[in-house]
Amino acid sequence: MPDPLLSIRDLVVEFNTEDGIVQAVDGISYDLFPGETLGIVGESGSGKSVSTMSILGLIPQPPGRIVRGEALFKGKDLLKLSKKALRRVRGNEMAMVFQDPMTSLNPVLKIGYQIGEAIKTHRPDQNNAAVKKRALDLLKLVGVPNPERRVDQYPHEFSGGMRQRAMIAMAIANEPSVLIADEPTTALDVTIQAQILEVLKKAQEETHAATILITHDLGLIAELADRVVVMYAGKVVELGDVSTIFASPRHPYTVGLMDSLPRLGGDDDWLRPIPGQPPSLISRPPGCPFHPRCFLSQGRVRCREEEPLLRPIGDSAHLSACHFAEELEGRTGHLVEPVGAEA
Amino acid sequence: MTERSVHDPTLAVAPPGADVSVQPSLPGDPSELTYQYGLEVQARSQWAYARRRFMRHRLALGSLIILLAIFGCGLFANFIAPYTYRQINLQALSQAPSAKHIFGTDSAGRDSFSRVLYGIRTSARVGVLVGVLSTVIGTIIGGLAGFYGGWIDNLLMRLTDLFLTLPLLAVLLVAAKYLGHSTPLKLALLLAFLIWTSIARIVRGSFLSLREKEYVEAARAAGAGDLRIMIRHMLPNTVGPIVVAATLTIGTAILLEAVLSFLGFGIEPPTPALGALLNEGQDQGLDKWWLVTFPGVIIVVIVLCINFVGDGLRDALDPTQRRIRA
Amino acid sequence: MLTYIIRRVLYSIPVLVATSFLIFTFVSITGDPLGRLRTNPAITREELHSIEHSKRLDRPVIVRYGYWVRDAVTKEFGTTLFGNQKIWPELKRVMWHTVQFIGSAIIISVLFGIAIGVYSALRQYSLFDYTATTLSFIGFATPVFWLALMMQVLMVQVFLKWHIRIFYTSGLSSPVNAGHGFHFFIDRVQHLALPVLALCALSIATYSRYMRASMLEVLNSDFVRTARAKGLLERRVVMRHAFRNALIPLVTVVALDFGALFAGAIVTETIFTLDGMGFYFINALEASDPYPVMAWLMVVATMVILFNLIADILYGVFDPRIRYD
Repeated sequence: MPDPLLSIRDLVVEFNTEDGIVQAVDGISYDLFPGETLGIVGESGSGKSVSTMSILGLIPQPPGRIVRGEALFKGKDLLKLSKKALRRVRGNEMAMVFQDPMTSLNPVLKIGYQIGEAIKTHRPDQNNAAVKKRALDLLKLVGVPNPERRVDQYPHEFSGGMRQRAMIAMAIANEPSVLIADEPTTALDVTIQAQILEVLKKAQEETHAATILITHDLGLIAELADRVVVMYAGKVVELGDVSTIFASPRHPYTVGLMDSLPRLGGDDDWLRPIPGQPPSLISRPPGCPFHPRCFLSQGRVRCREEEPLLRPIGDSAHLSACHFAEELEGRTGHLVEPVGAEA
Repeated sequence: MTERSVHDPTLAVAPPGADVSVQPSLPGDPSELTYQYGLEVQARSQWAYARRRFMRHRLALGSLIILLAIFGCGLFANFIAPYTYRQINLQALSQAPSAKHIFGTDSAGRDSFSRVLYGIRTSARVGVLVGVLSTVIGTIIGGLAGFYGGWIDNLLMRLTDLFLTLPLLAVLLVAAKYLGHSTPLKLALLLAFLIWTSIARIVRGSFLSLREKEYVEAARAAGAGDLRIMIRHMLPNTVGPIVVAATLTIGTAILLEAVLSFLGFGIEPPTPALGALLNEGQDQGLDKWWLVTFPGVIIVVIVLCINFVGDGLRDALDPTQRRIRA
Repeated sequence: MLTYIIRRVLYSIPVLVATSFLIFTFVSITGDPLGRLRTNPAITREELHSIEHSKRLDRPVIVRYGYWVRDAVTKEFGTTLFGNQKIWPELKRVMWHTVQFIGSAIIISVLFGIAIGVYSALRQYSLFDYTATTLSFIGFATPVFWLALMMQVLMVQVFLKWHIRIFYTSGLSSPVNAGHGFHFFIDRVQHLALPVLALCALSIATYSRYMRASMLEVLNSDFVRTARAKGLLERRVVMRHAFRNALIPLVTVVALDFGALFAGAIVTETIFTLDGMGFYFINALEASDPYPVMAWLMVVATMVILFNLIADILYGVFDPRIRYD
């Protein structure tokens, strides 16, 4: 087992709002190994985006605040780096692709300029011609047709899918070791989603980057991910590799997630949502945050009073934060084998 | 448990008690449980939110108090003012502020403080009258334009556009000259008929977008007439921005009345008016600074308070505005 | 682009015609220029009638409007009702003075407004921000004419105490000894300083608030987040990405404010006795002379339309999403 490329330990991030202090991320830990794709799954508000944005310093520090934690990347703790040093990592060794390509690109600057900016800021020695050529090559790589013409166009002249391709091109421009994709397909049409997935796969192949894929879509996870982190209410509730998680989930939330997916051809009559609402993230009472919605809890006192810690189930690579995870033994997720197993 | 057909289209979620493995086994509605364990996000009614936000806006609250105090003084000027508006005291001509005349006196020995108090009353009257009138006119016209669209909207918008090319003050001056402006009522009517356009624009915009909402379609399908839809469905949703705009219009009206009176195209003596006081003050010489300073300061304070209150109302009532607070 | 401009110009002609017709009708119906003469017992009825006839006041409004349009287009707005003075040369002269006045006001208020707004947004909640915000609010509540008066009062007090004149409180130039070239320029500045300042106050308050709001909104936008995620220097993110986008709405704000500047000019020129368009307008209005008033309104309307056209074109320059072909 090689050393992890990125190691997050006990990260806590909170936000100061007019209703109180929101604990967006409440003590999470996970590793990212070179060349792998790590999927982070959770509902909106689970803290999945905040965790990655905070290690890159993209959370505005008022009202946000990184309370504690460490994020080791190539021997350095990103959370303790100076602003200048962190800036040199952003867009260079660690890059991010965002959700909505329509609003994530500057409307008054040309696409070629924006890609070139990413290159020039970290490789100032390159002259303009070299930068332009690299931008063209990147656009070709991500599959933008007619790159010579497109490179001088503005974002509003691109379609949604092309814009996301341009965003990915911008992110891999400096051959990062870590690529973070935050809901890269959520804002796109379903048909385009498949194309962008292919682009992401290709980008990964070209750069050998480790990828963090943040999404609420289990289908994406099945396609691309090697390992999965499941988050709920700012905590990691389950962690393991993708086939294990899909085949034998060991946290009631994960079970609920998988059960809630509708499937064709089954003889279920009804959808099975997880009942109830996600909890408020302000000043939580003790105990497991999931227990009011949990079918496994049965009202047990331990769930209400003691917060479950993330612990290994069976082999050490599969972790779950549930007191009674063993009771889920033998229970499979209702899904068929993940498609990615063939890849 | 009643049998429900598999093809029953009203069933999207399993009825309670059905064999669905992920049902929590604790008694009671899971949302209730979340609330009981203190985990739920608190829901509040719209008015509670609005009131809470306004109260939190200390500036708006304080301004409201100051404003009411000032208007109150003007309203009860008869009782508070130490002298009357025209009372001449030949012993005290053109005096700087003192204990007996806290705002000083003018060249005819009239007490400036009393005159300012009466002036406040006039300004308040004109301001509120214009506010109410222009709101009514603007809401009706803007509402009709936004609701019906088409040629009505076009016509109304073209009309208002015509007057956009000319500076408001110039139009007001011409109108004042040729229609007469001597009494506060006439002036108020004049102002109201020329500044309703901003409120009309707001109401029009709101009605235009509300027209597309589903509940309007639903109401129409249920047989509601146009007027009913406008009053019962659209107007309540536009009340917030209207109230804010109306408040700010009062401030604008007071400022305009002051300018017009100052230039001699507004309220004329002997009716008291803050703008006219400033005019007289200027005539009597700029070395007598107290004649020019105090009426103006009062105008600034009044309009400032109105603006703060309007701001507070906007915070409280207009949900489309998002404030970034630390 | 050219077609767009031509289209706009052509469209504004009916607007001007409609506006002029409405106002002319209004003024003609409600006003009686000979009102004062009528009350004068020394003038006989026959004299009144002959005056009316020679001034065409006995014709229907439409006909009079037609004559006015003819005069406006061919004879440079014709002559005044009383005194038969040519309108256009006078108007042209005062227009140049007002242009100096308003022009400086626009330039100063745009520069300062933008600078203050941007800095307030970057240092949100700082002392500077709170001060600027407070001053803006006071600026919105302060009548322009009162500010002008207070400045005059201040200068008068300064003169009384220390016997020096820093800025002049009236007139465009010193009547005697204004000098040439550079001295003339300095003298003009000394005379225009206070009026320009009075006019700027409200505009600076307006522009800085809009700029601050626009800047704050842009600083929280997704593409600024992307720019930061690329590792760009913060200064570059602010200037190249945020500022350029935040500037776009301001073009509209400045364009809409142009008319208000003329209104402010009316007031300030009256207070400071500047020989400009505003002063001209008030005098003509007080004299009940409709023709110079009409001429003034037409000129101002044309200037506003022109300014708005320039603003729209600039908008297209700043925002590539708007292209007029």
